[in-house]
This record gives sequence, C-alpha cells and structure tokens, in this order.
Amino acid sequence: MVGEAAEAQGTIVLRGVGKHYGAVRAVDGVDLDVRRGEMFGLIGHNGAGKSTLFKLMLGLVTPTAGELRINGAAVTGNGFRAVRRQIGYLPENVVLWDNLSGLETLRFFARIKDVPAGGCPAVLERVGLSAAATRPVREYSKGMRQRLGFAQALLGSPQVLLLDEPTGGLDPHAIHTFYDTLASLRAQGVTVVLSSHILAELQARVDRIAVLSDGRLQAIGSVRELREQRDLPVTVTLRIASDAIAAAERALSAVPAQLVVERVEDGLEVRCPRLVKSALLLALAPLGDRLLDVQITEPSLEDLFFTDADGGMR
Amino acid sequence: MEWRPLVAVARKELRDRLRNRWVVAVAVVFAVFSLVIAYAGGAQQGTVGLRSIEFTIASLVSLVIYLVPLIALLLGFDAVVGERERGSLDLLLALPITRTELLLGKYLGLAAALALAMLTGLAIVGVVLWRQFGTSGLYHYAGFVLSALLMGLAFLSLAVAVSVVARDRTRASGAAIALWFFFVLVFDLALLGVLVATGGQVGGAAFPYLLLLNPADVFRVLNVFSLDDVSSFYGLTSLVPPALSDPWVMGGAMAGWIVVPLGLAIWRFRP
Repeated sequence: MVGEAAEAQGTIVLRGVGKHYGAVRAVDGVDLDVRRGEMFGLIGHNGAGKSTLFKLMLGLVTPTAGELRINGAAVTGNGFRAVRRQIGYLPENVVLWDNLSGLETLRFFARIKDVPAGGCPAVLERVGLSAAATRPVREYSKGMRQRLGFAQALLGSPQVLLLDEPTGGLDPHAIHTFYDTLASLRAQGVTVVLSSHILAELQARVDRIAVLSDGRLQAIGSVRELREQRDLPVTVTLRIASDAIAAAERALSAVPAQLVVERVEDGLEVRCPRLVKSALLLALAPLGDRLLDVQITEPSLEDLFFTDADGGMR
Repeated sequence: MEWRPLVAVARKELRDRLRNRWVVAVAVVFAVFSLVIAYAGGAQQGTVGLRSIEFTIASLVSLVIYLVPLIALLLGFDAVVGERERGSLDLLLALPITRTELLLGKYLGLAAALALAMLTGLAIVGVVLWRQFGTSGLYHYAGFVLSALLMGLAFLSLAVAVSVVARDRTRASGAAIALWFFFVLVFDLALLGVLVATGGQVGGAAFPYLLLLNPADVFRVLNVFSLDDVSSFYGLTSLVPPALSDPWVMGGAMAGWIVVPLGLAIWRFRP
C-alpha cells in the first residue's frame, strides 16, 4: 500500500471525466495520465474546456461522469485537505486584494495552507518581488500581480502545479524567468500542468501536450509525436543566386512527390511532406554553390493546433 | 471544521477593512451623528442638550435604526460575489478550506470590522454621557449598544446571504438597498396599513408578534422596553404582549436573525 502511495505521488489520473450542464458538455469523456515530474501543456480555444478541466482536477466542480485522482487520492471528500496541500493552483486572470501588501497576501495563503509564514519572503524572492514585498498590491503592475499569484501557488512546495494561462501579462523577460523556475521545479520532480494561448511558448518547453476542443481531447502526445501523427508539411526556404532559380525549379519538378513551390525574394519557398526533405535536397545538389542557403521550418504547434481545432484530426 | 483557515480568512477581511479606512470612517460617522442627535434630539420639544440618558438613548435608537442596517448591508453585500467577480473565489475554494469555513471566516471578519467601528463610535458618545450623568445610566446605554450591534450582525448576515445568491455585484448592491428599504422603511408602514385598512380585524392578537419578522423592529422593541420612562411615555405597556417585553425572547429573535440567513447562505454556497 505504502509503495503504491509513493508511486502515485505527483501523478494526475482522469478516467472518463465529464462535466455536463444540461445539454452542454463542457468537458466530455476525458482520459488523462500525467506522470510525476512531467511538464504537461493544455491547449485549446477559449471555451474549449481548459478552465473547467482545471476546476475538475481541483474538485471545485463535481464531475457528472468519471473519476479523478491526484497523488492517487480522490480530490473531494474527507481527504481533500491533504490532497490540496499538495496542489498549487493559479487561476486565469486572478485579481488579488488591493489593500494588502504582497507579503501579507502570501502570509494569508500560508496560514490557510498551514505552511510556516517564515517561508514567504523566500518565495517572493523566487518570483522577483522582494523589493515590492511591503507595497500594497494596488500599486503592482499586471505582471507583478501575476507573479504574486504564481508565488502563492508555490507556497508549501506542492507536488502538483496547475497553472491556467500563467504567463498572461508577463513581459518576455519575466516569461523567461517563469519557465526557468518551472524547469528547476520539474527537476525536483514537481508535476506541472499549464495552459497557454501562446503556443510557440509552450512547444519548446513541455513534455507532452493535450489538445482540447469542445470539451474533448482531440490529440495527446509530445510535440514530435503530434507532428508525426499529423504529417504536416515542412517548409524549406532556399536562397538561390538569381541566375540559377530557373534551374532549381526544373530540378524540383523532377522530385517524385507533391511539392508546393513559390518564388520569394532571392529564392524559392517549398512546402513538402516531411519524408521528402532529403530527396528534395539531393535533387538540388547539382546547383552547387549557386544554392546559397537552406532553411527548414518544422510545422509550428500553431499549425497543428489550428488544423486540430478545425476538426481536421480524429 | 478547522479553525485555522477560518481565522485566517477572518483576519484578512478585518485587515482589509482597517487598511482601506472603512473602520475609521464608519466610527467617525457614528460618533458625529450620535453626538448631534444626542444634543439636538429634544429640539422638537423645544430644548437642546442632553436631558437624560433614557431620552438620549431614545433619540439614538431612531438614528441607529436607519444607519446600522445600511452600513451592515453595504459592508457585506459583495463578500462572496465580489471575490467571484475578480476571480479570486476559485483560488480561495481551491485551498485546503471548506466552503463553510470560508463563509464563516468572511462573516466573522466583517462582523469584527463592524463591531470595532460601531463600538469605537458609540464609546465616544458613552464617554460624553458618563461625564454628564455619571455611571448610573451607563447600564442602559451598554444594553442599547449591544442591541445595536446585534442588529448590525443580523443585517450583515442578510448581506452575506445576498452576496452568495447574487449573480454579480450590481445585482447584489441592488438587493442590499432593496432589503434596507423593505425592513427599515416599508415593513412598519405595511403593517400599519393592514391594521388600519382592516380596522384591526386581520391579525388581531397575533399582530405584535409580526414585529419579530423584522430585525429592525426587534431592535426597537428591545430598547423601548428597557427604558421604563419611555415605554410608559408612549403607553406601550398596554399595547404589546408581555412576551415581547422579555429581553431574552427578543434577544433570541435577534439571534435567529443572525443565524438563519447565514445558515441559508452556507446551505446555498455548497458546491
């Protein structure tokens, strides 16, 4: 039993979870296994069900179907305090209390979480708010408020972090620092589930992604797996000496695959199936040094996401 | 139920109201209005200045019966709906705290702010009364302050119930003002209207008990009866059944007005 409990630390398990409001299916039949120490991204349009899914995981919303377990325990019922002490949560667009200082705000959360209030300054330091600790939240910028919200989630060293749009309002430098913090937490075995609109931000950083649309999971896997499943075309940008462009076009027409070739400034832009990349480059070999530069762009998460959300994938 | 999270929420609410000067402002309002009313309360009878503790209290009763319900309703109407609107309610509910603890913590914190403001303001008047009349009548004055506080807690309980039910802050503030109009202005008039229109046929002996349905009337009856001079002055002893002159009965009715709306709020607030 003890071994099992230790095994389940930092895991999130959803089995057939649904939340229906009458005929509206906010979340429908979601199965999910998030592993300990995993950085897990949740993407989807507004209204796709991301926030409801977070609230289900926290036990704020009672599922109409299915079962949820965090750290191997049910999120509601008698054991809810123990489970919640292991969860740090940052809701989307949270506004904290204007009249309290950052430090007072954190101490308030520490008292409820039953965490020593002495640790609050260190957590403020971690999110870069030490200098503003005693200033009222009224005077905080949007980014500082968001960082204070993140600090509150970090209190008590939770094993699971649930972060709903955590980088909203942060400037690029703060976003960088934020992900650095997440990376070091993950290294300590903390499990992170986060959602974001800014997919480019997620794709380099998460281990796996779930795409949510109309309350259902449309796809789940690492960014690479999703790319391979979808087989979206890669884009090859060729910079070619102006006298060799025609020759390059002839060479490409000999490649036995479906290519989309477009003339761009100082060269060509080709979209081709992922597996044809090398055949394409081989065909261009005779150009020699007239081929000045080659750049291959993988499909972005945005490309994946928007084709999924349009219902392209099943 | 655990006390620690409940007390944490209560402390946060009180600190918030101290920090935004709400407590100081309300204390000043109480002190200034009370002093003016105490001095000018007898002006209709052609005199100004403090006459006796009992008549000062009678003047203060008519002030407090307007002021306290309004202040309590304004204090509490956004307790829950305000957090809901700014998005912090989800965060609070996701903490290791039950909904009952959260709501009770909010109520106790706001009640402490209200009590602190009222007691400070009315204590200033108490000092003036003591300098004028000595300690003899302060017992009555303390009873008046306590009953005013209980009435405040009853209206705060109603306000918190409104804040749980209302969908947004605007509706909540509308409902709070409507409750004030109903209990403070409309209720007595409506009772009187029914009595006069039916020539006293409807209600009959049960009529005085209908006063228990309004915490402001409970407060009024409590105070009028504790003052022997005043009750004989108004000839009330002949009008109201003896049960209503028992401060324990009226205190119980007021306790009901504190517990029942809050209980309904807790029931309605469950997930």
